[in-house]
Amino acid sequence: MVDSETNQSPSAPSFLPEGWEIVCGLEVHTELKTRTKLFCGCLNEFGSYPNTNICPVCLGLPGALPVLNGEALEIAARIGLALNATVQASIFHRKNYFYPDMPKDFQISQYDIPLNADGYLILPSGVRIGIVRAHMEEDTGKITHLGGSSGRIHGAERALIDYNRSGVPLVEIVSAPDIASPDEARQYVTELRAILIAIGASDGKMEEGSLRVDANVSVRPIGESEFRTRCEIKNLNSLRSLVRAITYEAQRQVEVYTAAGEVLQQTRHWDEDRSITVALRTKEEAEDYRYFPEPDLVPLEPTESWIGGLRESLPELPRQRRLRLCDLVGLDSANDQIETAILPELYGFVDAALNAGVDPKLVVARASNELASLLPIPDGYELEWFSDLCRMEMERKLSSTQAKAVLQESVKSLTPPAVVRDRLGITQLDDDELMIQIKSIVEENSDEWTRLKAGEMQLKGFFIGQIMKKTGGKADGKIAAKMLAVLLSED
Amino acid sequence: MGKSASEIAELVASGRRSAVEFAEEALDAIERSNGILNAFLSVNRDLTLEAAGRIDAMVAAGEKVGRLAGVPVALKDNMCQIGFDTTCASKILNGWSPPYSATVVQKMIAEGAVTVGKTNLDEFAMGSSTENSAFGPTRNPIDLERVPGGSSGGSAAAVAASIVPLALGSDTGGSIRQPASLTGVVGVKPTYGVVSRYGLVAFASSLDQIGPFSRTVGDSALALEVISGWDNMDSTSYDGAKFSLVSQQGVPMDGVRIGIVKEFMDGCDEEVLAAVRAAAEQLSKAGAKVDEVSIPETKLGLSAYYIIAPAEASSNLARFDGVRFGLRVEGSDIAETNVKTRTAGFGDEVKRRIMLGTYALSSGYYDAYYGKAQQVKTMIKRGFERAYRDFDALISPVSPTTAFRFGERASNPLAMYLSDVCTIPSNLAGHPAMSVPFSADSSGLPIGIQVLAPALGEELMFRIAFSIERSSGGGGFGSLDPALEEVMTGGR
Amino acid sequence: MLLHVDAEDFGFRISVMSGKISPMEVAHVAMLARLELTDQEAELYAEQLSSVLDHASDIESLDLGDTPPTAHPLGMVNVVRQDLPRSSLTSESVLRCAPDQAENMFSVPPVLGAD
Ligand SMILES: [Mg+2]
Ligand SMILES: [Zn+2]
Repeated sequence: MVDSETNQSPSAPSFLPEGWEIVCGLEVHTELKTRTKLFCGCLNEFGSYPNTNICPVCLGLPGALPVLNGEALEIAARIGLALNATVQASIFHRKNYFYPDMPKDFQISQYDIPLNADGYLILPSGVRIGIVRAHMEEDTGKITHLGGSSGRIHGAERALIDYNRSGVPLVEIVSAPDIASPDEARQYVTELRAILIAIGASDGKMEEGSLRVDANVSVRPIGESEFRTRCEIKNLNSLRSLVRAITYEAQRQVEVYTAAGEVLQQTRHWDEDRSITVALRTKEEAEDYRYFPEPDLVPLEPTESWIGGLRESLPELPRQRRLRLCDLVGLDSANDQIETAILPELYGFVDAALNAGVDPKLVVARASNELASLLPIPDGYELEWFSDLCRMEMERKLSSTQAKAVLQESVKSLTPPAVVRDRLGITQLDDDELMIQIKSIVEENSDEWTRLKAGEMQLKGFFIGQIMKKTGGKADGKIAAKMLAVLLSED
Repeated sequence: MGKSASEIAELVASGRRSAVEFAEEALDAIERSNGILNAFLSVNRDLTLEAAGRIDAMVAAGEKVGRLAGVPVALKDNMCQIGFDTTCASKILNGWSPPYSATVVQKMIAEGAVTVGKTNLDEFAMGSSTENSAFGPTRNPIDLERVPGGSSGGSAAAVAASIVPLALGSDTGGSIRQPASLTGVVGVKPTYGVVSRYGLVAFASSLDQIGPFSRTVGDSALALEVISGWDNMDSTSYDGAKFSLVSQQGVPMDGVRIGIVKEFMDGCDEEVLAAVRAAAEQLSKAGAKVDEVSIPETKLGLSAYYIIAPAEASSNLARFDGVRFGLRVEGSDIAETNVKTRTAGFGDEVKRRIMLGTYALSSGYYDAYYGKAQQVKTMIKRGFERAYRDFDALISPVSPTTAFRFGERASNPLAMYLSDVCTIPSNLAGHPAMSVPFSADSSGLPIGIQVLAPALGEELMFRIAFSIERSSGGGGFGSLDPALEEVMTGGR
Repeated sequence: MLLHVDAEDFGFRISVMSGKISPMEVAHVAMLARLELTDQEAELYAEQLSSVLDHASDIESLDLGDTPPTAHPLGMVNVVRQDLPRSSLTSESVLRCAPDQAENMFSVPPVLGAD
């Protein structure tokens, strides 16, 4: 990434002192959208009453054994394929350490031979981020810290454990340390999240913890090839936290080096309230996970035909969406409107409208401007309502001003746009009537009309304004302009 | 007393005797014997009689009852059954009543069996003498001064003392076959994967198999037919096996090639060796072709086993942490609670193996120990496979000695481990093997013959076992210790 | 290297104790395993574990090249179940066995180093 001519990394963030760059890799844990857990038939469900989705397996009772959820395996492999990784033969390992939210006191995970290896993800900017691996593992239960005087960790009197989440399927996606700025980290997570949602792997809800990000951050002087000591930052549960935490941590590390100090390898916690990263109280014991192959599960040996079938079943991915939209609206590269239109929350509407044959430019404009301003779109606002709205505008049954108003009300009241239009008493002038109105305006302002005809083009705006005034906004500005032009050329 | 499982099932199914009667007989025998034998850790009289009553009601209603109708069975106390405590003979599980039943238990019950109690074992099945139980050792019914073997010593003793005709044990390195041999009963370790492990508290997951104890080969055949088969709760359970075992009785031995494993004869007592040779001779007479075979790889079995089993155990036993079930000794924080609970709850041998296994897996040692041991497993499997090119099945001693005295080996773990040398290789290879009572030594202590077969070779293994049983005259070996005999028959 | 004479089993037997594992290592392993040992126990275990590991040196020194490890002896692979719900346990039946509970959850002393 370093341009040797100028010795300045193109992506070195401006908030760091000159000459320093960030080396960042992200570990993203995503919960998979299955009906049941990874190794048992308990429901994979967020928000249930504590300890209601539990059984001998996910509670780690003596004698219970895991059996792999085939759907989770398929989703995990689809993630690998969507990230251009190799889906390969793999085995599960046990990662042994004591923690009360982990019922067996080991986590079933994949270690030296993960299901997916060596992939990559291309950011909207074109930067390619390597994917080292994407492996399957089980989630832990949840601990609630009770009591104590000084905060939620220190001095807690009691901890309560709910094992509903224990055994929920996870895929851990580990990027290469290819991320050079907080903004690239944000782009990476955004794109990854969009991919996961697109392929039906995850609901991508960072706020519910179904997408969790840890950042490994180090800094180094530009030109240095060795990696320096990194810190792992946990508790990044929004894109905003991610950006701010990496920014803070990189600055902190540069300051440490600048003061001739040493950065210690640490796990640090992003403290949102104080906007700083703090070192977690380190466990006394050195980490020694004593990995060994999980003897209760048998090896996975995906066949070519199985992988081929999954590959074929992959839907259109965000990158393809981006290229497709650019193509449809005639852009060389995506602008902000395109990026917004392909967001997972909006793209379903865009795709439906495009399939319904609506003008792509109009679809992108309404989605990225109006619909995006109404996020989150409530459940119950139907996909085809957006198509219908765009079509009504395209067919000039609504002016653009009216279309925006109808869209807003349609989303708010969860009502089809045609009904909203009628309810609001909106009628669009038909072209003949509009022409009659325009002609009468021309007659009423013959002086200005003569000057316009003589070449005083700025008077166009005056006439459009008059038309809008006279029609009470019912006229479509663009159509009105066209009609004016026709009249001008006629006389 | 002393009826076989198949006899009982027939009597109950035909309505000539009641299941309740047999259940009460077994419960009474437990009550009379347990003071000196200590074969059982718990019973649930009400539950047992209720279950037996249901069988009788079905018979009375003319409903079809299963192949084990009314047969009283005992379960090694590392298998879960709703309504019975499961302790694994450990203080750490004292009072734990599992909310689910093991697959084998469900299968036995579905065939009409009536569980009468949970039997003693070495804590978490770690041992070869049942001396490592937190609730005191089980005695050998043949000689109360001696161990019954282990770790399934309670199940072996319960069958040998004719308290029940059938019991289940688990075999990780010989824990069914060795106590069967030392108490003079039949004991079977099936091919790995043939019997579901769901509900068996794991010792070493890659080696554990559940199997039956009985006084006749036929009863073990019947029991294994019942408990084997695919289980969707156990990923390692095999989906292709449907054995016809009972029917192997009396099938001729003509042309069957049987090898005596040379390496397993090394270091065995002379009387044990003599028994194996005598059994070989009988098999020859029956038409088999018997010869010696060498499988040098098996010499590595002990070392590999004492790496793999403790390593897996150290992980399997991590969950006994005082959080969700069983014992808790509370400390000021959770880590301290884990430490206090485990330190107070586990016995010496369990701690020793957890330590050994943790060490063998810890960073820097994995390749030298666990990794190597896993490769040795492959070598041993290959060694057996080579032998099975020339032989259809193998025989050997089960244990280098007959039953030993209490405390004799307790102070030296390695010496105790060495007594598993003939049984361990089958667990590492995943192959089936069983112990068939054949004779007794000069002190009247039973000697069993081990029959080994290739993976899924259970049918041939049982055919040979039936032949050995017939040539030995059948009926087990060694008579009950007079002191036990007296309490068992006292008041009758 | 300690020479350790052990007369208890199989008559007189001389075993060489190489001190493969020191009492200090034993203490470290005990910490990983969440066990507490007295000094005496640590020493005893060091001795006993060393003698087992000594025995295991026959495999430690083997050159097994690329002999693959055995996963399942019957070579089973790709065992999966369908993504179908099974009835779970009632929390009552599970919490009944719990050493301590509150608010339908398992209650434990504070967890240090939590994040
Ligand atoms: Mg992980
Ligand atoms: Zn579950």
